[in-house]
Amino acid sequence: MPHRTFLWFILPSLTAMILFIALPIVSVVVQSLFVEHEQVLVTVENCGPFGCTEETRIDREATAALREAQPLGRFNGLGTYFNRSHLATAELSAAWQESETIGAFLGQVMNLPFYKALVFTLSFTFIVTPLVLVLGLAIALGVNGLPRLLRGPTIFFSLLPMIVTPLIGSLVLFWMIDAQGVIGATLQRVFDDPNLSLKASPVLTWVTLFVYGVWHSAPFAFIVFYAGLQTVPAETLEAAMIDGATRWQRIRYVVIPHLMPLAVFITLMQLMDNFRVFEPIVGFQAQASATSLSYLIYSHLRGDVQQFGSAAATSVLTIIGVAILLTPVLIRTWRDFNRKRV
Amino acid sequence: MTGAGYRRSTPLVILSTGFVILWLILAAFPFVWTFWGSLKVQGDFFSRADWMNALTGPMTIAQTGASFTGQGYAGAWIESGFWRNVLNTGIVVAATVTISLTLGTLGGYALARSGFRYAFWLLMIALVFRAMPHITLVSGYMLPFFEWNLWGHLPTAIIVLVAINQPFTLWMLHSFFLNIPKDLDESAMVDGCTRFQAFRHVIIPVMWPGVITTGLFSFLLAYNDFAVTAMLLSQENQTMVPKIASFLGSVQVEGNVMFAVAAVVSATAPLFVLIMVFQRQIVSGLTAGAVKG
Repeated sequence: MPHRTFLWFILPSLTAMILFIALPIVSVVVQSLFVEHEQVLVTVENCGPFGCTEETRIDREATAALREAQPLGRFNGLGTYFNRSHLATAELSAAWQESETIGAFLGQVMNLPFYKALVFTLSFTFIVTPLVLVLGLAIALGVNGLPRLLRGPTIFFSLLPMIVTPLIGSLVLFWMIDAQGVIGATLQRVFDDPNLSLKASPVLTWVTLFVYGVWHSAPFAFIVFYAGLQTVPAETLEAAMIDGATRWQRIRYVVIPHLMPLAVFITLMQLMDNFRVFEPIVGFQAQASATSLSYLIYSHLRGDVQQFGSAAATSVLTIIGVAILLTPVLIRTWRDFNRKRV
Repeated sequence: MTGAGYRRSTPLVILSTGFVILWLILAAFPFVWTFWGSLKVQGDFFSRADWMNALTGPMTIAQTGASFTGQGYAGAWIESGFWRNVLNTGIVVAATVTISLTLGTLGGYALARSGFRYAFWLLMIALVFRAMPHITLVSGYMLPFFEWNLWGHLPTAIIVLVAINQPFTLWMLHSFFLNIPKDLDESAMVDGCTRFQAFRHVIIPVMWPGVITTGLFSFLLAYNDFAVTAMLLSQENQTMVPKIASFLGSVQVEGNVMFAVAAVVSATAPLFVLIMVFQRQIVSGLTAGAVKG
């Protein structure tokens, strides 16, 4: 296809992506270098019957005018990146010097909002992803053993947790684990502890969010693996059986290697999706004990005063995180591509 | 797979069937339970006394005189004006799907037919864009949109969702177009069609299965979105999902949480129908990316 024709075909799509994906990335980088204006202060002299006093006041009009004139705020360089709500370098070194043990140091680090969010996001990504792979494979093997007639309805119900809006899915579970909901009340009875609440303890909140993550994504892995199982070469399986392989050995040495490329695909998708975990935290109202990087940006943008600079700095750090996560994949794809060309 | 050697021992069959049944309960029970509960009053669905009350509904009978009540639905749809949000979601989703499919088919076709190296790079860039958390992009839009008075309107949200959708749409349609033999449009061009005419008269008639599958996923992305619609739409233009989130701010009022439950069930119903009708396409779409590379 000539370059010119290609350009005309791709132009609308490319324009949309440049305007609304590439430029916003530039925009967050620029915004992150600025902070909100300080309030304009004026000193007024109040003279009354008992003499004059000087008073410092906030000049609201001047502040509003300044904000109007320069909506970006004032230039702050990289200052926002290193303040307490982001990389917090000063707090980190202080904590390192003060704390006696590694544990105390980590405890202090976990009080810093950015690191707290980062630790949760990474734990979510790297705990949920492998569990999704394992559970998905187990369901796929189970469904593959069902009579053909039952497979359709099984797939139908299995798709539900994945297709349903993440916020709605998490709300549905949130209501059930409520102390007055069915699961919450049952757990209280099972453990004989009327004060047991999945929402109060940070550990249990994390576990709940992980469980939700697995519940939400397992159907995706299941469907992909199930499709892969339909294409396992029958000759190889027969050959393995003739050689005396047990059922488990057939799965281990024939089926799983056949599914490996699919597992790589699922892992890639899951890493991308789990790294931006956001809706479950809103749905489970878990922000007190678990925040993610995405949630941090959301709360900066939501507050009474919108902190664009702060949100932008967290966004840039998140984008760097995504880039690090994707680098191995990109390098690999690039190598494959070059190999194909040669 | 029916040879004698494949037959499983009975314990294994029981174990694997039991596991599948357990999974089905985990996957479907929450929705059944919430649907049932949405027809009760709050005192039953969140029962202090006994969770069995949600099944039998003594409070519902006491308060309304029947064992099922539509109070939650009436409150959500009429009193809180949920119908307006449903309408907004309808507009946003329909426009997003139409526009992103139009742009995506043109772009995906070009990527599939261009043999040049830059097509590969474009796909790689699209993959990187696909990985961007939506909320980071939103934080890039907010300030400029406020400044240019674009914030809060439905068209803004639509065009943003279209753009966020593009990387995925391009990938998916690109792999579908690779499956349509090149000879088809090339022979049309030998007969004197331009590239666009070949696309119009030869490719468009055969591309529908791929377009429908991709459209389903565009639909889901727009319908399920929270980050973009919650941040970029004003109060009166809100779509369903942010509205449901805002119901939760007022849960303290007795009965209001049932509005949210009813709204959640209402928002899930279209998805339920969608899976029923398009199950085959959804499954093939999920695997399309994986099987082809």
